[in-house]
Amino acid sequence: MSRVFSFHGGIHPPENKKQSTRAPIAKAPLPKQLVLPMQQHIGAAADPLVKVGDRVLKGQLIAEPIGRISASIHAPTSGTVVDIADYPVPHASGLSGECIVIEPDGEERWIEHQGLGDYRALKRADLIEHIRASGIAGMGGAGFPTDVKLHLSEDHIINTLIINAAECEPYITADDMLLREHANEVVGGIEVIAHLLRPSHVLIGIEDNKPNAIHALEAALKHCDLNIDLVVVPTKYPSGGERQLIKLLTNIEVPSGRIPADIGIVCQNVGTARAIYRAVHFGEPLISRIVTVTGDAVRHPRNLETLLGTPFSTLLEACDLRPDALSRLVMGGPMMGVTVDNDRIPVIKTTNCLIAATAQEMPPSPPARECIRCGMCEQACPAELLPQQLYWFSRGREFEKARHHNLFDCIECGACAYVCPSNIPLVQYYRFAKSEIRTEEREQRKADHARQRFEARQARLEREAAEKEARRKARAAEAARAQSQKAAATGNADSGAAQASGAPDIKQLKTAAAVARTKLKKAQKAYDEALAGNADNLKALEQALEEARQKAEQAEKALAGGVPPQSQGAQADTLKQLKTAAAVARTKLKKAQDALKNAEDKGLPGVDKLRQTVEALEQKAGEAEQALRDAEQKPAAAALNAAPESTASRPDSKALKQQVSIMRTKLKKAESALDSCEDATERSRLEAEVAELRTRFDAASTAFEQAEQALIDAAAKAGVDLKQLRIDAAMARATVTKTERALQKAEDDSERARLEQELSAARTRADALNQTLSQYE
Amino acid sequence: MSTILTAVIVLFILAVLFGLLLGYASVRFRVEGNPIVDQIDAILPQTQCGQCGYPGCRPYAEAIANGDAINKCPPGGQATIEALADLLDVEPIPLDSEHGEEKPRSVAYIREDECIGCTKCIQACPVDAILGAAKQMHTVIASECTGCDLCVEPCPVDCIDMIPIETTPNTWKWPQPPSPMQLIATDTGRSIAASEVNS
Amino acid sequence: MALIHLSSPHVSNANSSPNMMRLVLIALLPGILAMTVFFGWGTLIQIALAATLALLFEAAVLRLRKRPVGFFLRDYSALVTAVLLAVALPPFSAWWVTATGIFVAIVIAKQLYGGLGNNPFNPAMVAYALLLVSFPVEMTRWTAPITQGGEGWQVASFIDTLRVIFGSVEPAFYDSFTGATPLDELRHRNGLTTEELWRQSDVLLNGVGAWYAVSAAWFMGGIFLLSRKVFTWHTPLSMLIALFLVASMFYGFDPDSYVSPIVHLGVGATMLGAFFIATDPVSSATSNRGKIVFGASIGVLIYIIRTWGNYPDAVAFSVLLLNLCAPFIDQYTQPRTYGHAKPNRGLKGKNQ
Repeated sequence: MSRVFSFHGGIHPPENKKQSTRAPIAKAPLPKQLVLPMQQHIGAAADPLVKVGDRVLKGQLIAEPIGRISASIHAPTSGTVVDIADYPVPHASGLSGECIVIEPDGEERWIEHQGLGDYRALKRADLIEHIRASGIAGMGGAGFPTDVKLHLSEDHIINTLIINAAECEPYITADDMLLREHANEVVGGIEVIAHLLRPSHVLIGIEDNKPNAIHALEAALKHCDLNIDLVVVPTKYPSGGERQLIKLLTNIEVPSGRIPADIGIVCQNVGTARAIYRAVHFGEPLISRIVTVTGDAVRHPRNLETLLGTPFSTLLEACDLRPDALSRLVMGGPMMGVTVDNDRIPVIKTTNCLIAATAQEMPPSPPARECIRCGMCEQACPAELLPQQLYWFSRGREFEKARHHNLFDCIECGACAYVCPSNIPLVQYYRFAKSEIRTEEREQRKADHARQRFEARQARLEREAAEKEARRKARAAEAARAQSQKAAATGNADSGAAQASGAPDIKQLKTAAAVARTKLKKAQKAYDEALAGNADNLKALEQALEEARQKAEQAEKALAGGVPPQSQGAQADTLKQLKTAAAVARTKLKKAQDALKNAEDKGLPGVDKLRQTVEALEQKAGEAEQALRDAEQKPAAAALNAAPESTASRPDSKALKQQVSIMRTKLKKAESALDSCEDATERSRLEAEVAELRTRFDAASTAFEQAEQALIDAAAKAGVDLKQLRIDAAMARATVTKTERALQKAEDDSERARLEQELSAARTRADALNQTLSQYE
Repeated sequence: MSTILTAVIVLFILAVLFGLLLGYASVRFRVEGNPIVDQIDAILPQTQCGQCGYPGCRPYAEAIANGDAINKCPPGGQATIEALADLLDVEPIPLDSEHGEEKPRSVAYIREDECIGCTKCIQACPVDAILGAAKQMHTVIASECTGCDLCVEPCPVDCIDMIPIETTPNTWKWPQPPSPMQLIATDTGRSIAASEVNS
Repeated sequence: MALIHLSSPHVSNANSSPNMMRLVLIALLPGILAMTVFFGWGTLIQIALAATLALLFEAAVLRLRKRPVGFFLRDYSALVTAVLLAVALPPFSAWWVTATGIFVAIVIAKQLYGGLGNNPFNPAMVAYALLLVSFPVEMTRWTAPITQGGEGWQVASFIDTLRVIFGSVEPAFYDSFTGATPLDELRHRNGLTTEELWRQSDVLLNGVGAWYAVSAAWFMGGIFLLSRKVFTWHTPLSMLIALFLVASMFYGFDPDSYVSPIVHLGVGATMLGAFFIATDPVSSATSNRGKIVFGASIGVLIYIIRTWGNYPDAVAFSVLLLNLCAPFIDQYTQPRTYGHAKPNRGLKGKNQ
């Protein structure tokens, strides 16, 4: 025989169990309607599989589980589905939930079903799946889906299986009567559970106030081969609480926030064991349970084998209710049960008791007095909490402190409120505090989630704006380049015309050659200046210089030969060059990035400088790539328009512009670094740097302005006012955008058509202007 | 005379010492960043509704840290005001009705057959909780919606409703029991009944 | 069908706070009887006076605070406070001493803090300490017990007692029946050793028996309350054991200058304090371990104040000092909750 240990606290309320054990279990009458809530268990609600109007057979699956922690629901009898809607469900809130309503046809026609025969021959997983398909959930009160617990041996070592037959709450006798009449079935169920969990030890915990049940169990255990210990524990509420029973039988405490399986223990209720037995040996899903109907307001208190979904009113009538005597209807026991305000609420898988109490039996509690800190609650608390401290904290909404005092280890057994001399509804305070904390947590999670999404959206918007800006710049640059090509092409066309007339226009070529020479000189100058400054941003200039030199040479050659240069060849050359430049830029960027990363990782000094370099290089690489892409995309146009001057001026102007912007960025950065810097030596160094950068910036912008001026001059030479052209083009573009917007807003079809026409006209004009402009830029 | 001088000198030396100590402490134990903004931001409900007059919760948190009133957040309601008052150690004040009333939490719902697919609500949603494409029907991802109302205004066909979130048995909260003081102080009739019950 | 909607549990046992207070009053009876026997009618008259005044004050304040008077008067807490103060006062102290005490206890120490359950200090002890500080002469004029007897000594008749209390006699009249308490005698020993003192002093020779008897009566009442589970054994037992241990230590070390532990337990307000004052739930520590710390600290403090302090008895001051510490003790003596490896300490939250 096992030793019995003890747990702290506990109370001895009047048992009131005798009333309902006088009569044997009877079958509850078939009600007119069965209401089956989709949530009869802990976890996700089941999902209806039937429609209104469907005929269902007894035991037919009518709702399937959603997710792992959920349970299926079967039709308790044969009949017709008449409604699927929200009905009041057995819950403390008195709210409604989704239910399937079945009108029985009274035939009780079973769906085809059969037992598994030798379940030991089956694979474990298949057996558990069969139990899951039978919709079995813990029948002791919590309603945890049983199959989940049966899986526990897969990732836990289960030493001990505890069968809970304590039934410590007053009034309830459902398990007592079940054991008296069906002990064999319970033991059969225990064998199945033990087969699945393979514990080394099986304990049945039962309170010593059920001698008949103990006898019946002892008799049934004689035919059982398993090593089962029947442990009789002293009657004390709440010995049937899972954690308390474990402590009683094994003297082990389940760590806070963990499950018993973590210490190698699984608990099952006797009702659950019987349901498993019925499911495995007869193939019957869980469609009925034993409900104790008791209380002074019923004349014949007894236990009823009740179909799930039977409304309370049917049960109360079956036990001969005195309606005028009824003052409080409690579902569950008097210590933990919930009051219901509606007798049409149905029986579900966890309904073990229904108390129809008179006003004398359960008088309305007298008004609460102030807590006098007597400490009786602490003596009674089975979880060894400080109930009165929890009360003060809950009342003062100091939930953080309540948590620190282990509020969440409270099992809401009601022992503290039972002994409270001031009649304070302590349990309600704890439930209030717990639900407030849970809601707060839920809202906090939701808020954090919203914050994340909001920040992600902000980041996205910024990125998009930056990209748009970059695209706009790229477009502008491209347009500028195209224009300069066009301008050159016009010049070329002129020369072509001259060619066509017979002789090359030597004069023009002379001018071109002179311009190219000037350009070359300027580029050389800019390069020299830059060289004097800093070596690492010379590349672009160098390239520009190189190109300018080439073009100048070409122009000279053309002049010498009086023949236009091989544009195709030039194009190919440029392309090649650009490719190399892009590759070089990429490599450089990569190197610099690596260096930066290295420096950042190691926290080396000069990270900022490196970062700047990387940024500059990034820009440069991007620019090189862009240039390459453009060159590749427009070989034809370039081939047509290639002229010494245009090709000479294009990269020149662009590179210079880029140079200016780079220098500006650098200068700004250096300045801001200077502003935020406090160290004196650092400051002077930065100051020097800024001064140097400023010089370079000035030089670059001068170079750029000169190049720009050269362009304008060139355009002027071609007889076009570049400025005016630019303004016209911008106006045309704006018209296009405006019309587009108007079109978007327009609702009237005819207006829309008109606007569309306008838009296309505006587009044509804008395109034409852009083209012209690009010729000169 | 010399006593006075001694006292003055001693005081002076002490002043210098403490000044140095304080100066050192202010450098040594300097608080990096502005954690108070993060703390305030954590309390705000993150609906990003802008009813406070700032573009989002974080900007309002920054404004509070810089001394703005704490009662401009209608979605958070009195609970948020109290939490802020607690954090900042100021008196809780009632919600400023200028910025809106405290309403039950709600979610946006798009009447889908009326939606013309203009994408305006999508652009307005601060948490990207609306799905859809141009000329396609849009819908709200209810689990992501903060109930900020911002999508209602831009909708050209007014097909967005704000539906209060219903309490289900799963989200239901136990009410706080009436405190013994309240029961007796505010309800004389009941208190008489109470004393009769007791007798 | 009107069904009520309530939180569980739906049953409760009948031991209400008024019931507990009634039990305390019953448990005080043997002690009151013993005091009446040994010290005359004074105790009874003081109790009657204090109870009447307490109920009047309580009713008046409740009315001012707009609370239902009957409901709160019926919790008997004012009566308990009144009786505790009355038995702690010298039986022949003047009516205005008692009246001041009751006013302080009920109005200031209890109701101004929010009534029963909200007072941080034991109201009777606040009043007692205040009286002791304000009226030292009146408060140390104890009646000599009947066992002391002696020449010219007489038990004051009921009428005489009334006259003394309500102030229509010459002060000289007191001298015929008042004397120092044993603790007074032991405190002001004029350089004598304990043994010499014991032989010389009339109070210690003859009077101490009466004090022991009264203490035994309080003890009986306390055991009764323990058996009815009005409080747990933790506070009284730890207090008595702590006092006994400290006293034995010093007595064993130097019996000439220190008093025997038995005397410490038997005289003064030790037993009354252990079972009726330190166990006042409202102002004491909550958890079992907390109660042990609370009780033991009171025991040690009593010894310290009695031996080296300025006042002969120390129960009131010790209890008040520990009342002050009770919330702190509570925070550091939380029980180890089921499923937790070790108990929590301190208090988490915004006030940290």
